[in-house]
Amino acid sequence: MMSTDLRSAMGEFKVHRVRFFDYMPSGIRALAFNQDTERMAVARMDGSVEVFHCSDRFFQEKIIPGREQFGIEGLSWVGERLFSAGLNGGITEYDLTNQKVKYTIDAYGGPIWTIAGNQQGTHLAVGCEDGTVKLFEVNEDNIQFERNLDRQKSRIVSLSWHPSGSKIAAGMMDMIQVFNVETGHSMHRMLADRGVGTSRSKECVVWSVVYLSDGTIITGDSVGMVKLWDDQTGTLIKSHNVTKCDVLALSVSQNEDSLVAGTSEGIVVQFQFVSMVLGKDDKEWVRTRTFRNHTHDIRAVAEITTAVVSGGMDAQLVVRPLLDKIEERSAASALRKIHFPHRRLVACARKSGLMLFQYPGHLELWRLGESEGKGIPGSSLFVKRNPEKLLHLKVKGEDHIRCSAVSPCGEWIVYSTASTLRLYRLHCDNNNISITKISKLPKVLSSANQLCFSSDSSHLFSASAQSSVHLVSISQSGCKFVGTLKPKSGSHQAIHLLAASEDGKWVASANSDHEVHIYNLQTRKAHCTVPIYSSAVTAMGIHPATNCLFMMHADQQMFEYSIEQKQYTDWSRTVQRKGLHRLWVERDTPCLNVMFNPQNPSHVILHDMYMLCIIDQSLPLPDDKTQFYNQLTLKSLTEEQRKSHSHAFKVCKTFKDILCVELMPDQSLVVVERPLEDIATQLPAPIKQKKFAT
Amino acid sequence: MLYIYIYIYIYNIVRCGGSKVNLRPPIISTDSRFLLCASGDLVKVYSTRTEEWLHSLQGHTNQVTGIALNPANHLQVYSCSVDGTVKLWDFIDGILIKTFIIGYPLFAIYVSEKHEGVLFLHVSMATDSKNECFQLVAVHLPKSAEQEVEAKEMSVVSSHISSNPSCTAFGRGGEYIAFARHLQLNVYFFRKQKTCSFSLKATDKKGAKNAFTCIACHPTDDCIATGHEDGKIRLWRNFIHKKEYTYSTQHWHHNAVNTLCFTPEGTHLLSGGIESVLVQWQYGAGNRKEFLPRLGGSILHISVSSDGQLFCTSHSDNKITVIESSFKVCGVIQGLVKGDGVLTDLMIDPRSKALVLNGKPGHLQFYSLLRDKHLYNLDIVQQEYIYEAGLDQFEVVKAAFDIKGSWLATVEERGQKSSDLEFFLKLWAFDERTQSFVLNTTITAAHTDRIISMCFSSSKETTMLVTIAEDGQFKAWCQGADADTQQDQNFWSCDFVGSYHNLKPTNCSFSADSSLLAVSFQEVITIWSPETWEMLTTLCQPPGVIRDLCFGRLSCSKYLLGTTTRNLLCCWNLLTCALEWSSSVEVSKLQPDPLSENVAAFSYQSKHTDVFVFKPSEPRPLFTNKNVCSEKVHRAVFVPREEPLNNCDESSQWLNRSQLYFLTQNMDLLTFSTATEEDRILSSSKQLVIDDSVAVTPFYLLLGKHGQQQQKLNTQSHPAADKPQQPQGSVTIKELLHTPAHVLPAASVLCSMFVNSLLISNTGVQQDPLREEMDSEKEEEDSEEEMEACDSQQELRVQGSVDEVTLKLSKAQERELKRVRKTDFSWMAGLIDSKP
Repeated sequence: MMSTDLRSAMGEFKVHRVRFFDYMPSGIRALAFNQDTERMAVARMDGSVEVFHCSDRFFQEKIIPGREQFGIEGLSWVGERLFSAGLNGGITEYDLTNQKVKYTIDAYGGPIWTIAGNQQGTHLAVGCEDGTVKLFEVNEDNIQFERNLDRQKSRIVSLSWHPSGSKIAAGMMDMIQVFNVETGHSMHRMLADRGVGTSRSKECVVWSVVYLSDGTIITGDSVGMVKLWDDQTGTLIKSHNVTKCDVLALSVSQNEDSLVAGTSEGIVVQFQFVSMVLGKDDKEWVRTRTFRNHTHDIRAVAEITTAVVSGGMDAQLVVRPLLDKIEERSAASALRKIHFPHRRLVACARKSGLMLFQYPGHLELWRLGESEGKGIPGSSLFVKRNPEKLLHLKVKGEDHIRCSAVSPCGEWIVYSTASTLRLYRLHCDNNNISITKISKLPKVLSSANQLCFSSDSSHLFSASAQSSVHLVSISQSGCKFVGTLKPKSGSHQAIHLLAASEDGKWVASANSDHEVHIYNLQTRKAHCTVPIYSSAVTAMGIHPATNCLFMMHADQQMFEYSIEQKQYTDWSRTVQRKGLHRLWVERDTPCLNVMFNPQNPSHVILHDMYMLCIIDQSLPLPDDKTQFYNQLTLKSLTEEQRKSHSHAFKVCKTFKDILCVELMPDQSLVVVERPLEDIATQLPAPIKQKKFAT
Repeated sequence: MLYIYIYIYIYNIVRCGGSKVNLRPPIISTDSRFLLCASGDLVKVYSTRTEEWLHSLQGHTNQVTGIALNPANHLQVYSCSVDGTVKLWDFIDGILIKTFIIGYPLFAIYVSEKHEGVLFLHVSMATDSKNECFQLVAVHLPKSAEQEVEAKEMSVVSSHISSNPSCTAFGRGGEYIAFARHLQLNVYFFRKQKTCSFSLKATDKKGAKNAFTCIACHPTDDCIATGHEDGKIRLWRNFIHKKEYTYSTQHWHHNAVNTLCFTPEGTHLLSGGIESVLVQWQYGAGNRKEFLPRLGGSILHISVSSDGQLFCTSHSDNKITVIESSFKVCGVIQGLVKGDGVLTDLMIDPRSKALVLNGKPGHLQFYSLLRDKHLYNLDIVQQEYIYEAGLDQFEVVKAAFDIKGSWLATVEERGQKSSDLEFFLKLWAFDERTQSFVLNTTITAAHTDRIISMCFSSSKETTMLVTIAEDGQFKAWCQGADADTQQDQNFWSCDFVGSYHNLKPTNCSFSADSSLLAVSFQEVITIWSPETWEMLTTLCQPPGVIRDLCFGRLSCSKYLLGTTTRNLLCCWNLLTCALEWSSSVEVSKLQPDPLSENVAAFSYQSKHTDVFVFKPSEPRPLFTNKNVCSEKVHRAVFVPREEPLNNCDESSQWLNRSQLYFLTQNMDLLTFSTATEEDRILSSSKQLVIDDSVAVTPFYLLLGKHGQQQQKLNTQSHPAADKPQQPQGSVTIKELLHTPAHVLPAASVLCSMFVNSLLISNTGVQQDPLREEMDSEKEEEDSEEEMEACDSQQELRVQGSVDEVTLKLSKAQERELKRVRKTDFSWMAGLIDSKP
């Protein structure tokens, strides 16, 4: 940890620069795109599944945490239902409303390598280790095994349905089989060539297969070839040598005129179905563009309407827009790389200077260090006491942590997995740290989607099913259920954000249907609902002095809603009328925290992955002509000139790769950084590639 | 009707040899037999198999800037020139068919099969001299039977195109034309008369430089390949749509792609750049590619024969390489390498009489001016040259031959731009056995600073080298018997170090008999005796630093000439040590003729160069030629003639023994020529045409050469008499070669027969006229028919030539004479028979 003086036009802060949160994002294993709902489902190596909203700036709407030993190999949408299959041999359906696993059934075919649903939404096919393709019928609330297709000798690595649903192409070791779904028999058997030279002895794995409506089967294999086959004759039409190593993933666009292939070198290659002679209809698949945005294996690609989405071992989700498909250039059409989850993984006990880091399988509690003296702005201060790791709390059971919280006084720690919720009390006398688990929790606290303590640490808010919030009072004597806060109406989507007011009167909840409900804690009734905005809420906070709810949305819009008057504040209306600056709107990561400076009530502090921003509500808003990042200009101006140049947004880009920023009561900021370079060094070595001039 | 175009030079200044062959892509004729390339004012026709220069198409009066096969007739070629004309030639016979006068300077020509009777030309619109604007113009050729037609009907296709002609190309079947300029690619569709344009960003985040450098269109697919400044190749498709166009990028070249070319079937794409590696990309198979590295200079153009069997690359070192489609180099046509600058002086190798200058990086080239042919390269630096921009590599900067041509001294230098200069002085001995120069001595630190100049002593007995350097010293080097080294080899070592008041030397020169050495130090000339190394005297003629220094020759050897930077040409008499005469003239180069007293001086005044030729004994010039060229001349050389001319004309007498060549700053090699010479050149080229009509058989070289020699002899002595001998000779050889080896008699027996068959048997006829004549009578009759056929063929080619008229007449006479002679003999024979 370092402490830095951060002093500028935005005010003066002492900053705890925290870099000891060793968060490691997990590699991406599978992608599935749902055209109708514009949702992208992402499966990671640790078994977690995330859902991104593609038209809402790729906001991470839902996170379903994984479990130990629960590797997902394939994802598939059937209508609005999401299924996954993995090497544990089970097929899992997810309850997306409550963000948890709905059920898992065993396919009895050994590890499952791939899963594919047909376009009609009636059947799921899974490819198993034992060489069978198993068909499952999708029923109203479950799936049911229907039958096996002809059993093959080797494992089924990839599957693709013909859009009509009558045929299935399956990629295996050294060959591709085409099955008739009606009869279950194999129609064609096409052999994939092994590589030349030493790789001759290694079998060729057909990693990915795509079945087009015109009967063309496209395969990507471990030899580095993308091959096109004709399903009528079962012959090879054309082969493209894409790479020296493996082609791991393929994806075709909805109208079947473009195909992307991800390779283990980290490149995505696009093929397009273009006419070789202009104005004529004889089209051919031609290799066109190459995208190099990854450093490691690309395990999954998906071509969505306007972009190519790819993910792999380097754990980043890359959205590369296809400019020819975009009508007009906007903020939504920029290259986007998603490194960190759009949730807070750090909780801060503001009054006691403790930080709680949430890892998938454990929690860490740290005490912040102390520094002495005053330095000049931008310099680092001498650290008097080093930060100290107080606690390493391992999760009981196999489930990963869904959410966690530490009370502002630092006395209580709570976390929840999909199955259990545990509350601990922290005893801290001198240097002896001990915790005791609070037993006998009220029944309602079995699992939570989001957890939050009241500012005086006397109550715990636990968001649970059906968008309800349970209120539990906690004290040394024990834990007592107080009541449940329920919205009057609306959806039952899970709550992903909770915000309690400083004076203990209000609590606000936001769910993934963009609804924000405000509850009065004194009456324990729903107070009001904020008008629903089209974009998801990414962060919110209640102002300690005015009790206004400040909300940040995924499209970078901000609203301030007066709870008492049940209407937007004048400032918020001004912002909406004048519009935000272009550069602000074009940022590509969502704001993840809203804080208020008690010393200066007009200041709102926000942060995203790349910057820290203070909005001064007393200053005029910038319009598109004013210089947005004006810190350096302001520095060079005199006091009088400064007034005419300054505007409400004060942006600090000193820190990067920010996971969390928190304002402490002593006017110091805690900035938790996780440099991407550090993540890169902990990744496995990428495939060695010969670079020019090395 | 045959058309002979005769040059009339106002000043008799000729671009004679050594002009660029790499300005524009060469073209290969449809039958792959000929290779045509624009070279100076000519279009040269080479044979693709033997790389011999066959003949040239003469007629343009300025630089030829483009050639293209006539799509309607593949035996014809269009050429365009800066002189504003397009000419249509029959390139096999070298006949000018038509001249179209366009009236604007032309810079490139494109033709397409689909657009018959239309030429597409790059025209410079000289609106603003600085900001030259090129237009692509379609010219409709008028259908007129006249020789010279003015083409009036033009339409502008695009008014802003790149000056680089490789940035324009015709698409599939002439449906569209693609042209790029800076960062924009335009495609003009002829049918729709619509232009689609696509632009790239100047740079991107990764620092790519996206400017277009060349274009090629796929012959059957709608695919445009473009080369870029950063070495990328993009393949554009779907370019009919404004938005949905797409391209793929391939990257191998690390520097700008100079040229791109599709093979006629479109299966491969060839690309080349500064790396001098020919890259063959398989079309449609991503990045599968083949390489042909180490081709020499950077590749400027690639062209492919119409059957795809031959590739042709032209290189920056004035070279055309002919490559088979199996990626094997099968021929090199090397022009005079001039590179960016000639660092050494122009020199004449005393042995081969070849012009010597630095050519290929790190090499000295030997170039025969008489035959306009590159002879060989001598590797001086002996290090691999890396073709990459911005590298500082060793270059040959100085070279000198001794008088006999048995020693060669060279200086190579690196670090001209930076401060740390590295240079070597090397001495090469001529090895009689291998007929080449062999390195004898390398002197690593000959001086402490750069060598300015060096010269060998001109005496035949002892060879001595004098070098002068910027460190203020001059050193004399001798080949001495060093005690330390082995006995049998004599290395060069320093004999004497001299300096004069620490002044910087500027030039040095030996007198004709080597008894005196003159070294100029700034404004002072010091005269030394090389025998004793004693300074004899100093000559001083302020003002100005001495630039050039030379002794007079032959009868004028008592004179020393010097030029200064202050426009003064001085002549000292060494016997009196006094200034004989001086003249106020700005001389940029002083060149003495080794074979006569004459000295040529090049003077640059008011933006043009004048030449004076004078004898040191008198200040009046023998010959003056004003306004030779508009650039400064720094290099010149007198080339001794093989046989002296006998010109009586006073103004051209100085050209009798040697010829003056000079190099302008634009790297044009010019010379003065006389009228008789030009005639000779014309006739010699004609002869070569005839030679080519002989069919190429496996033994063409053996027989053809023989025939050629014979023919030469014939034309010199008795033109027609020997003609019948050739078929007879070849019959013998044919017999010899067609008989199976096991039935052939011993070689010793055959040898004499073979040699006899090659001998000219005319002498035999004269010795024993009666018997031989009887035998050969019938044969001669046969061959006469053959000869007649041959003659008629020849007539076709030479018709209209003024010279040949007399030749033809003499032939007719000869034949008549022969007939007379035949009848005579039979009558005589009867007489002899009846007598006894």
